[in-house]
Amino acid sequence: MGSSFKQHSVIPGFGMTLGFTVFYLSLLVLIPLSALFLKTATMGWGAFWTTVTDPRVVASYKLTFGAALAGATINAVFGFVVAWTLVRYSFPGKGLIDAMVDLPFALPTAVSGIALTAIYSRNGWVGQWLEPLGIHVAFTPLGVGVALTFIGLPFVVRTLQPAIADLDPEYEEAAASLGAGRVQVFLRVICPGLLPALLTGFALAFARALGEYGSVVFISGNMPMRTEITPLLIISKLEQYDYAGATAIAVVMLLASFTILLGINTLQWRHVRRIHGRG
Amino acid sequence: MSIEVRNISKTFSGFAALTDVSLVVPDGELVALLGPSGSGKTTLLRIIAGLEEPDPGPDGRILFNDEDVAGRGVGQRQVGFVFQHYALFRHMSVFENIAFGLRVRPRGSRPSKAAIDAKVRELLQLIQLDNVGNRFPSQLSGGQRQRVALARALAIEPRVLLLDEPFGALDARVRQDLRQWLRRLHDEIHVTSVFVTHDQEEALEVADRVVVMNEGRIEQNGTPEEVFHHPATEFVMQFLGHVNLFRGRIEADHAVFGPWALQNTDPAKDGQEARMFVRPYDLDINTTEDGRPAVTATVTRIQAAGPTAKFELLDENSQPIRVEMPHDRFRAMNVAKGDRVFVSLKDARVYVEDYVI
Repeated sequence: MGSSFKQHSVIPGFGMTLGFTVFYLSLLVLIPLSALFLKTATMGWGAFWTTVTDPRVVASYKLTFGAALAGATINAVFGFVVAWTLVRYSFPGKGLIDAMVDLPFALPTAVSGIALTAIYSRNGWVGQWLEPLGIHVAFTPLGVGVALTFIGLPFVVRTLQPAIADLDPEYEEAAASLGAGRVQVFLRVICPGLLPALLTGFALAFARALGEYGSVVFISGNMPMRTEITPLLIISKLEQYDYAGATAIAVVMLLASFTILLGINTLQWRHVRRIHGRG
Repeated sequence: MSIEVRNISKTFSGFAALTDVSLVVPDGELVALLGPSGSGKTTLLRIIAGLEEPDPGPDGRILFNDEDVAGRGVGQRQVGFVFQHYALFRHMSVFENIAFGLRVRPRGSRPSKAAIDAKVRELLQLIQLDNVGNRFPSQLSGGQRQRVALARALAIEPRVLLLDEPFGALDARVRQDLRQWLRRLHDEIHVTSVFVTHDQEEALEVADRVVVMNEGRIEQNGTPEEVFHHPATEFVMQFLGHVNLFRGRIEADHAVFGPWALQNTDPAKDGQEARMFVRPYDLDINTTEDGRPAVTATVTRIQAAGPTAKFELLDENSQPIRVEMPHDRFRAMNVAKGDRVFVSLKDARVYVEDYVI
């Protein structure tokens, strides 16, 4: 890169498209979010601190971030398997399975929440078999995890699919010809090659799970200190006309998610930059 | 380490890529598998490597030094395989790429860290890239990448080295340099090597032996001189360099092509159609008739750049003829485009159809 900010390019429209991008992002993201901060600022530090460190709120942070992280991690592992199967093998019904992956995207989240609750409740299809084993899913933190895993799956699968399709089998053949076993090929060649896409999928699934509301409120039972997620607390504060309190919690969540996502993206940029030899 | 392939066939969903191929590669030789795309040359190479399984057959064998390796996977055959598009691991430095084959060995036979370091440095020196160990493949040129890929394959001290179109993705100049370098390298390390190419010039220049393949079969296996000067089949003749085709027929003990009559060794084929192949430099051009049998033709293009002067002619039946001659003779003759010339024959190969008309 030269020192000049704007470089002459044969592809026209840099100024216009950048202008549009900034305008559009401001309208859609920046302005609503700054309103969040402005509203929060009306309550003063003391009140802010009391609101966001209320034990009930802190418990909800733990559940939300913990369950979202668990869900995204589970998706990273099993989404990988699903994506790998869909790209590398052909079998009857593949198209159907491929389409099914998108269902958590398409279904209204409330519907999936009710469906999951029905299945995992004490006398549901799956729940009745788990119950004798002492595993309670519905109305427990585990249920929250299940819901957040459900809604995050497509993100991992859809980001990994093109990356796996791009991964030339030649790399595996080269590694095998050099004497690497299957596990070594997987750990040393395939995984690092797919890491950027996997991180992106993980980050998307994680971000989606943090903001999820609809599917969780049904299966969690919303018991204070136990199965309340942060978005639910924000909603209940809004219902009590405590707008400043709601935005205060929202600000904390926003900053925390932004920091985590920025961290994941930085990791990914670093990896990609190394592969493409810049910097 | 000699390689022997016996009665190997390979079918891909109904398409016969190889049909009953047998081949011996003597120890320490550099052999080229030459053929057009779809001739089965890469499939044969991959079967030798163990990257592809041949069709099961009672007589099919793959032997390294008389030891059957057909049952072993690619990792157990100890072959160095070099891919056309390098297949270097993008997330590893050049050093790590070369060290890969040593690092993945089971703990018992894995060399010490110092030994791996020394081995990689030695290989970097061998490929004349001492200073790029810390770089990543994306920071190297195509020629450098291919040399790194070769070093990576050599690191495991392979019993045989197999190269799939090793220069195919490189531009003309780098190709030329790299193939001469490969020849010198082979003279240094003497590992039995097989490389696949569709470039006849490359095969003739680099290899000790050239195996010409077509449609899943071996057409000819010989030294570069043999395949070039004594092609066994029409295909080999046509594939190795430009060639002029003349149609004629056998009349008694002669093969007759217009004004030219050649002694035919097999009079039993009287009346059959014959085809004559003539290399452009085996034709001669004169501006005046000198008594030799000649075809008259018109010059349509002269291309005097390059090692020889090349002529494109049209004979009286509007058949194109290519002729090449040395520059000094071209200058002495003073021919121009549009001139009428007399084409005479210095050498030719005649092939007689196997069927009776």
